[in-house]
Amino acid sequence: MALLSLSLPRSSLRNPPERRHLLMAGLVVGLLAVVLLSLGLGAVRIPAGEVLAVLAETMGFSTAKSVPDQMRLVLLHIRLPRTLLAALAGAGLAVSGAALQGLFRNPLADPGLIGVSSGAALAAATTIVFGGVLFSGLPPELLPYLLPLGAFGGGLIAVLLAYRLASGHGQTDVATLLLAGVALNAIAGAGIGLLIFASDDQQLRDLNFWMLGSIAGANWSALLPALAFLALPLLALPFLGRALNALLLGETEAAHLGFRVERAKKIILLLAALATGAAVALCGVIGFVGLVVPHLVRLAAGPDHRFLLPASALLGAALLLLADLLARTLVLPAELPIGIVTSCVGGPFFLWMLLRQRARGGGALC
Amino acid sequence: MSPGRVLRFGFLLVGFLAVTAPASARETVPERVVSIGGAVTELVYELGAEGRLVAVDSTSQYPPEALERLPDVGYLRALSAEPILALEPDLVLALEEAGPPEALAHLRDAGVRLEVVPSDPTPAGVAEKARVIGAALGLEEEADRLAESLEVELSALETALEGVEPRPRVLFLLSVGRGAPMAGGRETAADGIISLAGGQNAVRAFEGFKPLSPEAALSAAPEVLLVTRSTLEALGGREALLARPEIAGTPAGETGRLVVMDALLLLGFGPRTPQAVRELATELQPDLALPDSPGDQ
Repeated sequence: MALLSLSLPRSSLRNPPERRHLLMAGLVVGLLAVVLLSLGLGAVRIPAGEVLAVLAETMGFSTAKSVPDQMRLVLLHIRLPRTLLAALAGAGLAVSGAALQGLFRNPLADPGLIGVSSGAALAAATTIVFGGVLFSGLPPELLPYLLPLGAFGGGLIAVLLAYRLASGHGQTDVATLLLAGVALNAIAGAGIGLLIFASDDQQLRDLNFWMLGSIAGANWSALLPALAFLALPLLALPFLGRALNALLLGETEAAHLGFRVERAKKIILLLAALATGAAVALCGVIGFVGLVVPHLVRLAAGPDHRFLLPASALLGAALLLLADLLARTLVLPAELPIGIVTSCVGGPFFLWMLLRQRARGGGALC
Repeated sequence: MSPGRVLRFGFLLVGFLAVTAPASARETVPERVVSIGGAVTELVYELGAEGRLVAVDSTSQYPPEALERLPDVGYLRALSAEPILALEPDLVLALEEAGPPEALAHLRDAGVRLEVVPSDPTPAGVAEKARVIGAALGLEEEADRLAESLEVELSALETALEGVEPRPRVLFLLSVGRGAPMAGGRETAADGIISLAGGQNAVRAFEGFKPLSPEAALSAAPEVLLVTRSTLEALGGREALLARPEIAGTPAGETGRLVVMDALLLLGFGPRTPQAVRELATELQPDLALPDSPGDQ
């Protein structure tokens, strides 16, 4: 391991451990602050005291405060699931982005690139357009789960296909994997186009709305399956930092360092597909987070994956929460699609970070 | 009774009063109403209940002051529950198409009275809308009168246009975003208003809206083109539309018979539907004398 840390790029040496600890603490505090803001702000005014009283009550403490039922409902059934969903989806997208960028040693890699997002999108679109016909025999309680399950399955099939196409002789060719992803994206795009053609007026609007991304539909029954799908990658990916650091040096070098490269690649791909499929399934297509958050972390703290992965998860959660907060408060009483906010606010901010880094003489992508 | 029981009874009583007081107020007359859907808002105005509106949706474009005066809670199909709850409505009147279902479920869970207004593109559908809205607002008599007068007027128009020949073939075009304009097939509001106004829909091969293929347009051979004002703008105006290759070769393209109408008036199936039928019928059946509108007398 001493060898490994020595061979990391120089930028990580500029960031001593104390700075990392500080950054990590800052991210945790920041995320908590954004969570509280997200719970406290919205169209319905709920004073901080009431927010705390309801939360304490829900966790089983008794409080003296009596909170009006409407506030309780808004907080527990609208804002809380929404806040959790935004945080989980943001964390899932960002950590998958960070892992895939490391795996492919490609700064442009994000879950969209190897076909996960469009596979999930195609399956979800199929469910919207043909779900009524295909699943007419199912009990109605299951219907809310069809869309997330379908999208998740689609993402998984896409990643397995890409992986299958790219592997042979016991190893995976990363370049082929990326190209297979490009092809899968094109095929899925054509399929979605076909579905848009076949859909009626109502379905067309559903599709459109869904493609822009939204967290507005969050409710507990959608959140519970999300938790199940997102928990595993969120808990497991941050521990793959060492393997990804080794892969950064090259696959042969990583193997020489004693890592089981093929197994690590498979696990990382599967976990990333799991996280992205679940996030796309529940929130629609939200671009930008998976691509940009890892870069922001790298710009601040270098490319060491042991730090990059957990920090990306925290920052991704905080940023998507902030975007959702803006989406639902800027144009009250209406609401903006969240995809528009992430790109409008995130794009210029990212450019500014890049230019600042440039001016300092640092490489943009390391 | 033990003190504990008394206390509990007291709590129950207070709770009971708290629950029933707003409920009984609700049953009499809702005073804070959110109207979702263009035709719904028009009917609320027509019933003289606009003073009770606290917000409308973005499709409520008529009368113009509806959107100018009242906050806009967003698009009919992309509503969000919390901002509507914040307006503290005691009634949400929502057109059948309103959604998403999660937002409506949240409103119901919050105890807001939600009336779903059916939306059927027929004369009976217009009357039903008026009656449902009237009942929800506690204006049954006014709504009955309005529904009846709408029915009478529409059936007079129907009788006048019944059996009239020839019924011109009308192609309704809708432009959403870029790409080919969409043609309105069966089961659309456009199909409904065209047949009410003494025409026949030129494309009855499919349901809903589909992108118009040049060959399908030519083989449908429409004699009249019908578009909304915004579609005409999106397609670059009258000349540009008539010059499109798939249009220029049709009878409508050759004679230049193009009817432009306001979208909400034409497709809303609200209180102005008799006016819409009259306007469209005048274009489709120029030689026919239509019965007078009661408003004109």
